[in-house]
Amino acid sequence: MVFSGSGGQGVITAAIILAEAAVIYDHLNAVQSQSYGAAARGGSTRSDVVIADSTIHYPKVLQPNVLVCLTQTAYNDYYPIIRPGGLLITDTRFVKIEKKVDARQVELPMYRTVLEQIGKPIVFNICMLGAVVSLTRLVHPDSIMKVLETRIPSGFLEMNRKALDLGIAMGAPE
Amino acid sequence: MSKKVKFVQGNEACVEGALYAGVTFFAGYPITPSTEIAEHMAKRLPQIGGKFIQMEDEIASLCAIIGASLTGHKVLTATSGPGFSLMQEALGYAVMAEIPCVIVNVMRGGPSTGIPTHGSQGDVNQARWGTHGDHAIIALTASGHQDVFEVTVTAFNLAETYRTPVILLFDEVVGHMRERLVIPEKGELPLVERLKTSVKEGVDYHPYLPREDGRLPMSDFGGVHRFNVTGLYHDMWGFPSTKPSVVHGLTHHLVDKLENRVNKLAMYKEYFLDDAEYILVSYGSAARSALHLVKDRRFRGERLGLLELQTLWPFPGDIVREKCESARAVIVVELNMGQVMQSVKMAVSDSEKVFLANRIDGVFIAPVDILNILRLIQGKGV
Repeated sequence: MVFSGSGGQGVITAAIILAEAAVIYDHLNAVQSQSYGAAARGGSTRSDVVIADSTIHYPKVLQPNVLVCLTQTAYNDYYPIIRPGGLLITDTRFVKIEKKVDARQVELPMYRTVLEQIGKPIVFNICMLGAVVSLTRLVHPDSIMKVLETRIPSGFLEMNRKALDLGIAMGAPE
Repeated sequence: MSKKVKFVQGNEACVEGALYAGVTFFAGYPITPSTEIAEHMAKRLPQIGGKFIQMEDEIASLCAIIGASLTGHKVLTATSGPGFSLMQEALGYAVMAEIPCVIVNVMRGGPSTGIPTHGSQGDVNQARWGTHGDHAIIALTASGHQDVFEVTVTAFNLAETYRTPVILLFDEVVGHMRERLVIPEKGELPLVERLKTSVKEGVDYHPYLPREDGRLPMSDFGGVHRFNVTGLYHDMWGFPSTKPSVVHGLTHHLVDKLENRVNKLAMYKEYFLDDAEYILVSYGSAARSALHLVKDRRFRGERLGLLELQTLWPFPGDIVREKCESARAVIVVELNMGQVMQSVKMAVSDSEKVFLANRIDGVFIAPVDILNILRLIQGKGV
């Protein structure tokens, strides 16, 4: 899968948390890599995650089964690489879907919901992660929380839990 | 007790390996894509009573670890191509004075400042011949984090055993990507500790007088013995000498102590070589794409194999020749213009059957890139 957006949105952090949850708590294999350079300072940014129950050799993603785009630029850059039949997740605030791709397109109001319900855009990425987990069932939501517990000061855990739950609810079938 | 499982970058796997091996001193100048090694060393070393120094440049970094090694510490520095270029003078000094140390070069695109944030394997021959004069060197590499950990431990062991600098040639892809690392229990991997002299205080100690087995016991510099250390050709006292027999003997000693053990020093992995018609030879991150392709084509019944080299220097020519003997073609997969391919060509009996599958544009080589070359060789077109 590929997570894309702009520097500062936390897409790389989200990718690391997901992959770490898969490896440490769900006993799967995962490899995470990311684009370095200007992307980390405000440009378009991308992180690749491969999750498998077998050994992973080639660590990059050529055709993602799951593609997350959190900016219009990221969407424009990456929508053509999605695997036919894959899952494209975008945020309604930042991305206007222009072309129909051969994939399931899910537009979610993640940013707006986080702002309305929590008021802090910093957990936008965790909400997105909740939606990804809910839509793909790749890792257990509890595993994501366990990773967050090791990474985040306890005072901020509740806010992250709420963001994760918002995302899970958004990704759940109607 | 369950083992400690981590999800880390390759650079952190290297740090964990160095700590497991007993490193107590790191001096370095952070540079992409090796920076995380300095970062984690700065955090971890003070916790175990070790020392971390951020130096003014890479010249000073290598000089500092050489000094610390002489006083009895296991030492490490980490850099990338531009810093490794600056280290070449002190590297030669460590070779000549036979000082155990480990130097990590997380390779990026070069020459010069090149392409800092993208991968390359362009420093393989620099590791061999970057410093001047006849000498031998050990350079190791790895393609995954468990191997990064283990070859880092091996690097420290070899540095102590042979009193030599050991170079770890990792690359940006392995250094930056994250994957599983299981930290072995204490005692699970063997460690070689510093061989110290049994010569007592007040008795003459000859720093370059080998034991019967050829090894040179050390005395902590600044301790109970006074001795000289120099980059000049030197006698058993460590004092400069231009005596032809001394110069001849020391040159042979520096070369032979490693080159005569080339097969013993050879670390490699082999996949499906027994009946392979076509053999890929690769190392570091590129070997991951090579193995991906091999498994994919095996699934389709094609007889493709992989020889993954972990020891690049001294080059394991005999092993490469033996493994590739019956292959119809040998394809070297690397992220440079064919640096290891040259060595493979020299090693095999028919150099005409050796081909190169490479990428030199900063983009990590994909299995399909290798497949395209393979199909061309097979006459099938891409």
